[in-house]
Amino acid sequence: MNREDFPFLKTGKIYFDNGATSLKPSAVIESMVDYYENYSANIHRGDYEISLKASDIYDQAREVCQKFIHADKPEEIIFTKGTTESLNKIIFGFFETHLKKGDEVLVTKAEHASLLLPLMILAEKIGIHLIYMPLKEENELDYESFLSSVTPKTKLVAIAGVSNVVGDHRPLNQIGRYCKENQIYFLVDGAQSVPHTKTDVVRDNIDFLAFSGHKMLGPTGIGVLYGKKELLEEMKPCEYGGDMNQNFSSLGDVTLKPLPARLEAGTPPIAEVIGLKAAISYLEKIGMEKIEEYEEELKEYFLKRIKEVPQVDVYNASVKGGEVIFNIHDVFSQDAAIYLDYFGICVRAGTHCAKALKEELPVQNTVRISFYFYNTKEEIDKLMDVLKQSDTLYNVIL
Amino acid sequence: MDKELKREIILDNYQHPFHKGLKKEGYIVENANNESCIDNLDISLKIEDGKIVDTTFDGEACAISTSATSILLRKLIGKEKKEAQILLENYENMIEERPYDESLLEELLAYQDIYLQPNRKNCALLPSKAIKNILKQMKDEEKDGIKGTE
Repeated sequence: MNREDFPFLKTGKIYFDNGATSLKPSAVIESMVDYYENYSANIHRGDYEISLKASDIYDQAREVCQKFIHADKPEEIIFTKGTTESLNKIIFGFFETHLKKGDEVLVTKAEHASLLLPLMILAEKIGIHLIYMPLKEENELDYESFLSSVTPKTKLVAIAGVSNVVGDHRPLNQIGRYCKENQIYFLVDGAQSVPHTKTDVVRDNIDFLAFSGHKMLGPTGIGVLYGKKELLEEMKPCEYGGDMNQNFSSLGDVTLKPLPARLEAGTPPIAEVIGLKAAISYLEKIGMEKIEEYEEELKEYFLKRIKEVPQVDVYNASVKGGEVIFNIHDVFSQDAAIYLDYFGICVRAGTHCAKALKEELPVQNTVRISFYFYNTKEEIDKLMDVLKQSDTLYNVIL
Repeated sequence: MDKELKREIILDNYQHPFHKGLKKEGYIVENANNESCIDNLDISLKIEDGKIVDTTFDGEACAISTSATSILLRKLIGKEKKEAQILLENYENMIEERPYDESLLEELLAYQDIYLQPNRKNCALLPSKAIKNILKQMKDEEKDGIKGTE
């Protein structure tokens, strides 16, 4: 759907790597060009019309993000450069001072490097323990394995809303409720869930959420750190500088501004925030429920058609959602990706930044397809045609 | 060398690689991986009296990396350090489109046209980078009193 809005699709290429980054619609590109051409002033510091306009739109973007993830207050939205920065700020700005030696943090081996690595570094620093919850047959996480991993020492659950390898939708609502009732912090890496599903941080009792603009039609270099207000109040800024201080003197007394400014030092990526605002408005016009439903339909169609291609093994057929991981028999995933590229089909090969999961998967490297709403069944048909001829793969790539 | 023969050499070495299965005891081991892709191989060389007497490797990598490793390792056996370095230098020159001595390379000429796919150059260069690191360590051992080659 909505293919006419995406300039890239005019190239005729098939883009199946939406887990890595999404395409951008004209509305997003034009909103940023409009800023650069017509009111490219800094925010919160000019007494002239275009600076006031930039400030207004920047502040509106925060409210747009707030409503999109159903947060209570706009100041619970902190702009960052992406999920990685958000997660690092949450882990080192908050959990470093709110967890102590011996506390247990529940994670899975399917988590992305941007969540696992800061936690591993923190574990080394302050002596918390990372507990890997058991995964099901196709590496999904269910509520029962979560429950079986909780102990009285569990202080934090840190997981992706949707895994970026397997693509399973985690039972956030059940886990969030349990965490709330048992005074456990709940941190969600929303990089793969926020672009594809409806997010409600209040309904799901999420304490902290991180996501990136570029995976949801927005520009690169912009992301969001959400935290409950009372928790953000206790968060230590990782950066100090302009726009976040109220006052300071040469004697060293520094007064910081209230949220959200306190956690956004320096000139922010203004054009990118404006682009993100346009992206969210675009997504809301379609409706997140509709996007989720359609992506599931695409996966079902893929699974139906792939039965005609016996030389392909799919590793996550039972998992709902818009991601498929597979290999062509006896072909290294990168060679498969290079082969598909010859036919203008963009896919991802590798471990997909979740390197700990390779301990669980039957193969170390896979080809990953991740759909978005602009993908079509016709594109899947074209992929099937190319996969069916894959006995000629080496003639094509060598 | 025609395209068909090149493909045959690459595929044969990919599907039936030489000395795949890593030996470590008494070998110098080096990991080879590309930042830009997912190839990941361990390569090991056994050196006696300044000569390479055995080579092995293991890991997961694409057809080009794996086959190039297989061919290079087979050709290295019996070579002294200097000879090995000359072979690697000529091989890298070929991949990087610099002048090289064709007569030294034999079946490595299968990678003559890799420059046409610039993103595959790193695949072809993966084993030679790791082997060069091992050869550097070979020099260190000479200083410890093992018979040198220079």
